[in-house]
Amino acid sequence: MRDIPSSEITPEAVYLSRRAFLKSMGILTAGAGVLAACGPALVPTSTSDPSGEQPSAGATTDELGDPLNTYDEITHYNNYYEFSTDKQRVAELAEGYPTSPWEIQVGGLVHNPKTYSLDDLRKFEIEERIYRLRCVEAWSMVIPWLGFPLHKLLAEVEPKAEAKYVRFESVYDPERMPGIRQNPWYSWPYVEGLRLDEAMHELTILATGLYGKDLLPQNGAPVRLVVPWKYGFKSIKSIVKIDLVAEMPTSLWMAAAPNEYGFYANVNPEVDHPRWSQATERRIGELGRRPTLMFNGYEAEVAHLYAGMDLRVNF
Amino acid sequence: MNHAQRNRLLSAAAHIGALLPLARMLFDLVTARYGPDPIREFTLRTGRTAITLLLLSLACTPAVRLSGFKPLLRLRRPLGLYSFFYAAVHFLIFVGVDYAFDFALIRAALLEKRYALVGLTTFLVLAVLAVTSTRGWKRRLGKNWKRLHRLAYAAGVLAVVHFIWLVKPGVMRPWYYAAVLGGLLLARFPFAKQRARASGDE
Repeated sequence: MRDIPSSEITPEAVYLSRRAFLKSMGILTAGAGVLAACGPALVPTSTSDPSGEQPSAGATTDELGDPLNTYDEITHYNNYYEFSTDKQRVAELAEGYPTSPWEIQVGGLVHNPKTYSLDDLRKFEIEERIYRLRCVEAWSMVIPWLGFPLHKLLAEVEPKAEAKYVRFESVYDPERMPGIRQNPWYSWPYVEGLRLDEAMHELTILATGLYGKDLLPQNGAPVRLVVPWKYGFKSIKSIVKIDLVAEMPTSLWMAAAPNEYGFYANVNPEVDHPRWSQATERRIGELGRRPTLMFNGYEAEVAHLYAGMDLRVNF
Repeated sequence: MNHAQRNRLLSAAAHIGALLPLARMLFDLVTARYGPDPIREFTLRTGRTAITLLLLSLACTPAVRLSGFKPLLRLRRPLGLYSFFYAAVHFLIFVGVDYAFDFALIRAALLEKRYALVGLTTFLVLAVLAVTSTRGWKRRLGKNWKRLHRLAYAAGVLAVVHFIWLVKPGVMRPWYYAAVLGGLLLARFPFAKQRARASGDE
């Protein structure tokens, strides 16, 4: 066993500033109480009404004062092309999708490859994180996720020094996922990637729930990535594989349209999609538009990751 | 049933068919059946209806050639006008509800991005065709009226391109419309040529 070099973890100054930031957001409230209300099951046994408990969150707004989207909005407006390209049909098509038992294989350039079961994931301390989610299609929501920082899991498997990127893969299940069969021209399975420092960032989480409840299949149950300063498609759902790699992974969207979807996909009002503007967004539940914030409002926390980079080239 | 009755019936069917999507939208609006993103929902629905009606209007001529049922020609104008109506509602939702009449934002969104620019062009073409669809304009424009109204095909192409450019690559819905439009354009070609040869114009 080898200690992770501190260079691979987090500079203390960054860590402390994050700490202050998270505190100001009020998202360090331990999720224990919230989870207790969920009962023992991390994975819902029934998707229709898991034991009847009400969705609840530790706050009613994000740190900017904007209200949370409703549980109904978050669970019935989903981009999950494995089920359907119609956002409003995903919920019904994903209903009852089996997400237990589940395994995530974590490997590649690591010292301790490990396969995580749901029980293993339950051992991480679950926190609530209220994040904005900005879709590349120019709509957005505020979502109270439950999850834990990805860096905690990466620390357990100990990335090797050659590891520069993290590659994520979604479950590939054409039999139960009609969208895969209807859209065979995509390079399934869904793949996404992060640079290692992005993956180690305190804001990057693996989410297992939202609104105090376990994730529903349409939201990426049982475990998904959430990277709040990037467009939503980076936050890959229903993860079965995480690999530490040396080369930049090619995501499904990069393969589908390399001129439109880059590896970084940071929310940036100044860098438009080739076909539409990214300057504004529609918050689901609101009329009119609001300006899109640099790095989705997380500029103070993440801008340093891209110091010196041309964000028009690295879009 | 005499000819006048039949034509009235046909015309009534076209009007009712073209107004049904509007009735459904109003019903869904009043009963809040529009999902989490009503602006997007009604923008998409009015846009889809406008394209569908435009393609139906363009389908009348080939349909007459295939079937010999000439009264269908009378439906081109109402179907085209309804298409313009839905396109106008679509445009108004975009300007007034989606962008809340914020003209700086609208300018940026409309003029700098190709999918919105193509949509605006489509709308303007349909507006010109709608305004000049009256008997008076037909008389005033004479021979040029027919030339002008061939722009309906251009509007069809622009509308489908607008739809294709709106979705993520690989999403198939707009391509179904593209296939129908392609079929309609192909259906016109040989006939147009034959007629041109026969009449000696063009």
